[in-house]
Amino acid sequence: MSIAVETPQEPAAPAAREQPLWRRFAAEFAESRLALVGLAMLVVVVTIALTAPWISPQNPYDLAQLDVMDSKLPPGENSSTTGKPYWLGTDDQGRDMLSGIFYGLRISLVVGVTSTVIALAIGLALGLAAAYFGGKTDAIIMRIADIQLSFPAILIALVLLAVLGQGVDKIIVALVTVQWAYYARTVRSAALVERQKEYIEAARVLALSRPRIVLRHLLPNCLPPLIVVATVQVAHAIQLEAALSFLGLGLPITEPSIGLLISNGFQYLLSGKYWISFYPGVALLATIVAINLVADQLRDILNPRLKK
Amino acid sequence: MLAFAIRRLGQSLFVLVVMSFLVFLGVYAIGNPIELLVNPQADAVERARATAALGLDRPMLEQYAVFLSRAAHGDLGRSFVFNVPAIQLILEKLPATLELAFAAMVMAIAIGIPLGLVAGLKPHTWIGRTIMAGSILGFSLPTFWVGLVLIMVFSVQLGWLPPNGRGETVMLLGVPVSFLTWDGLRHLAMPALNLALFKLSLLIRLTRASTREAVLQDYVKFARAKGLSPQRVIGVHVLKNILIPIVTVIGLELGSVIAFAIITESIFAWPGSGKLLIDSINQLDRPVIVAYLLVIVTIFIAINFIVDVLYSVLDPRVRLGAVAAH
Repeated sequence: MSIAVETPQEPAAPAAREQPLWRRFAAEFAESRLALVGLAMLVVVVTIALTAPWISPQNPYDLAQLDVMDSKLPPGENSSTTGKPYWLGTDDQGRDMLSGIFYGLRISLVVGVTSTVIALAIGLALGLAAAYFGGKTDAIIMRIADIQLSFPAILIALVLLAVLGQGVDKIIVALVTVQWAYYARTVRSAALVERQKEYIEAARVLALSRPRIVLRHLLPNCLPPLIVVATVQVAHAIQLEAALSFLGLGLPITEPSIGLLISNGFQYLLSGKYWISFYPGVALLATIVAINLVADQLRDILNPRLKK
Repeated sequence: MLAFAIRRLGQSLFVLVVMSFLVFLGVYAIGNPIELLVNPQADAVERARATAALGLDRPMLEQYAVFLSRAAHGDLGRSFVFNVPAIQLILEKLPATLELAFAAMVMAIAIGIPLGLVAGLKPHTWIGRTIMAGSILGFSLPTFWVGLVLIMVFSVQLGWLPPNGRGETVMLLGVPVSFLTWDGLRHLAMPALNLALFKLSLLIRLTRASTREAVLQDYVKFARAKGLSPQRVIGVHVLKNILIPIVTVIGLELGSVIAFAIITESIFAWPGSGKLLIDSINQLDRPVIVAYLLVIVTIFIAINFIVDVLYSVLDPRVRLGAVAAH
């Protein structure tokens, strides 16, 4: 389920140095109002995820704080013991949905970002190695990546989790396994274009060491397409984690992620208790929309083919 | 062409054997199925007997060798749970999955390509923007959650459509299908829409991007200059040229639709192979898991092959040797 990965791009022209790079970048980013909305949403989601233990009315993982008497209360209903309102209702164990969502977002983001960073590092190393060494190294790495990419991520992750079992670490392993190939492929194609360029030739003429050429010259110029892929992949990872948890293969039931909250609510949906599934889904949707909006704009900025 | 086909077949067989080993190795590591299959009160002797009967006491490599030699004869083992051949179980469920996948794909094509064309021809109008915004939403909506919302709206609140099952089926060429009965169609509508949503968004974006590039080409300008009607310019000249990447993507996405049907089938209790896989994983029914994956891998390999061939038919510039080499 991937959006077509962009073809390798030219690096930003080093000539325009009048103002700091990040400033130009920020100005270009702000050109799209939709992207700004996405960024604002993302800031809110990240803030909630970071501060969940302090802003949640309840610790949804502490079973002692859950009151079975309060189970499946509709949104706005007050707690029978403390009298405090449950703004988004409660689930079948009497868990406050608002708190559950805050903590769930935390898990989703941790899983999404961690797996993306690890997959990025692995993909980057293998992609650079493939491009730089070429020959057999290249053939082996890219063949594995090709074969893996010809199967849908969800299928590979599903089988892996069936083997590994449940847990945050296991799901990160599964997500890294399905993601690294995207980065390897992107880095390799970017690096193959870059290494033909004159600045690499110049670095060679200067007799710089190989590691120095790869790390200081080649790597930084391969980054723009990677940033775009990584942003999109965070959203994919979060979606995939939620789907796997929904199928009961992701995270343990004691620490529900967003997907598991939705899954728990599913069995009560037909009796009209929509809020257990509905609101976590809205939170998940908002997170993914925010990331995708930001990623779309990043793609436009970093892709010189679309420059006006 | 023939050389290409033979080389591809060789590669495919290799992938299939490698996959079968990985899958077997992986599935072998999942728990001990005996725990679930034998009566909890059974004593050690009884358990040992059951283990031996299922061949689970042999070394892993020997089990794999036995599996391979049987697989070569079309026998992928017997389900631990149902005690019928695993392949039979999957072939029974596969038509339901394929029907769902094709229905979703048809829906995505029938809605996605026209919308993408409109968005590509008029990118800066409100309708073009609305379609694009919709496609971002379609990308971002978690599939399983959309399924729940569909059930919530159309089954619980409005009561229009049934929330689960396949409905009434009729036999078509010896296979039960739902889409030929009214009841079956009502059951098919929501799962198919659910499954189509992501591909729909993908097709909109792809068609739009291709259209935007195509209308700037000289041959379109020339066709317009010749005084052809806009319908003909778009319907024949533009559409024909943007169809190449679209057909490729449709073909490649067909496999992923079958994979994603796992989620949709779980939500709508659609009795297909995806639901069978999830049930088998939960019951540690190893032979069914292995058989399912091998069947799916075979389907994917076949789809990739057909797409490559179709590609060369649609675009004479692509020669198959070149595709295989790259």
